[in-house]
Amino acid sequence: MLMMSTAALRRLNKWTISVLRTILLIGICFVILLPLINRLSTALMPVEDLYDQSVRWIPRNPTLRNFQLVWVHMEYVKAFTNSFLLALTTSVLQVASCTLVGYGLARFRFPGNGLIFAMAIFTLIVPPQLIIVPMYLNFRFFNFMGLLGDNTINLIGTYWPFILTSMTGTGFRNGLYIFIMRQFFRGMPRELEEAAFIDGAGLFRTFFRVMLPGSIPGLIVAFLFSFVWQWNDYLYVTTFMSNQTFLPQALEAAPGRIGRMLSQTDALASSSGFLDNHFYSLINNAGMLLVILPLLILYLFMQRHFVESIERTGIVG
Amino acid sequence: MRLSFEKQKKIGGFLFTLPFVIGFFLFFLYPLVQAVIFSFNELVLTSTTFELQPRGWENYRYALQVHPEFTRTFVEVIGQLLTRLPLIIAFSFFAATLLNQEFRGRALVRALFFLPVIMSAGIVMRLEMNDYSVIMLQAARSGAGFGGAALRNLFADSAYMPSWLLDYVIGAAESLPIVIRSSGVQILIFLAGLQSIPREIYEAVSVEGATPWERFWLVTFPMLSPLLLTNIIYTIVDSLTAMNNQLVIMIRDTMLRGAGYGAAMAMAMIYFVTIAIILLVVYRLISRKIFYYVD
Repeated sequence: MLMMSTAALRRLNKWTISVLRTILLIGICFVILLPLINRLSTALMPVEDLYDQSVRWIPRNPTLRNFQLVWVHMEYVKAFTNSFLLALTTSVLQVASCTLVGYGLARFRFPGNGLIFAMAIFTLIVPPQLIIVPMYLNFRFFNFMGLLGDNTINLIGTYWPFILTSMTGTGFRNGLYIFIMRQFFRGMPRELEEAAFIDGAGLFRTFFRVMLPGSIPGLIVAFLFSFVWQWNDYLYVTTFMSNQTFLPQALEAAPGRIGRMLSQTDALASSSGFLDNHFYSLINNAGMLLVILPLLILYLFMQRHFVESIERTGIVG
Repeated sequence: MRLSFEKQKKIGGFLFTLPFVIGFFLFFLYPLVQAVIFSFNELVLTSTTFELQPRGWENYRYALQVHPEFTRTFVEVIGQLLTRLPLIIAFSFFAATLLNQEFRGRALVRALFFLPVIMSAGIVMRLEMNDYSVIMLQAARSGAGFGGAALRNLFADSAYMPSWLLDYVIGAAESLPIVIRSSGVQILIFLAGLQSIPREIYEAVSVEGATPWERFWLVTFPMLSPLLLTNIIYTIVDSLTAMNNQLVIMIRDTMLRGAGYGAAMAMAMIYFVTIAIILLVVYRLISRKIFYYVD
């Protein structure tokens, strides 16, 4: 009898915990999804619905006009192509360089190993805003360590600032990727590469044939971070390539352009105060969704690998 | 002639890390030193090069004494960071232990938890700050008694709680959505740590008769303690480079429209040195308590 009741008690206990957990998780997921839902519902509203106090969440007269306006005035296709090419180039280069460095730090004992690791962490804690101006000047008057003398090259407006910093693992938050890859390689069995070496493979062959295939989960994590942060980047893109349109700049410029266009063609709209905060909010929300959408799709495809692999990365050390 | 494994490994280490070392000096340390120099000068651009006009401590004096808002914003931003830091760490720790348990729909919930990492970066956050519909949503929420006002009423008559603690609790409740949304990467890191704790340790303490409570404090917590440091550093770095950080915006405005590069550099330098000191203090405090598991 007593045995029965403790068993029942335990089951009740377990049940309570799982109910509490479900409530908590639903609540947290709601908080996370709220801005996305809010943005979507606002982006689908005509401006009248936003004025109407009785309309909440579900637009009364859903419209795609906001998306159309933003699509055209952001020059979405062009901005998307630019952003995509830049993010892809930098993230591939960054992942490649950070993987090499991470491997070097994880598996080689040599004088300066600890120092180089400390340097990588140091690059992380210095805010980019601090060094962006000197970096701009160095690329504006680029003379390769004084080798070119007074004949400086202007690299601003080209992909070179991104390529050079990415290739050397000094781009935005690259210290983090070096850290991730180092931890990942540290967790791989040492016997693997020693066996390959005894079989006659050189260091680089061992790395490319044995270690790299095993590190794909780590590569996915670093790539996703790198791609997402470059995609959303505003600071570097506006500093180094202000002559071209990328998504963040396009998003920022769109409301003004749309406003100007509408005030010229649609006298009624401008006089009746359509071009106010409400209207810009609709435009902004539609634009933000268009900027995030490719990332959401990317995440949808990669999230399974992403979540699984970060567990296996064992960022623990 | 083929070099020995050991010899090759020594050279290999240099070869693999060489790109970063070059990049560190060319694209990081050199600009950083220049930034320090610029903060004591005024920068004048010409068509072929740039010139520096020495100003001594003038830029720093400007930032701290003349600029109408720098000091106030600076204190606010640092204060906000210090109050949010423990909340983010605690929440991500808690969330990671939740997500580590077995339950139905775990994959979906995990995917959702990391969604903010994608959405809360860069330009989106910056626009969100002045977006009308978001501000309305926040207003509606606080009006509906989400956190703040309701909590204050609840505790208003309570004599047990000192007012500073009450303020902190209310502030914490109000910033909960922000805390949740800035914890994505940290949850990921803790989760990775939880997964890597060897099962045998849990089995061993269970055999010794430890309760779940003891198991948590004797195994889980010490095993995760090195990650506390990782997460604290990440949280600080994340917040100090955020596009919606008031101070970052102020530095940018000063640079482009305000008192110029020199003053902006001085502001950024004050900010960076403060952050570095905070990191150092946190590191010293925590690293003594960290438990390193060696297998």
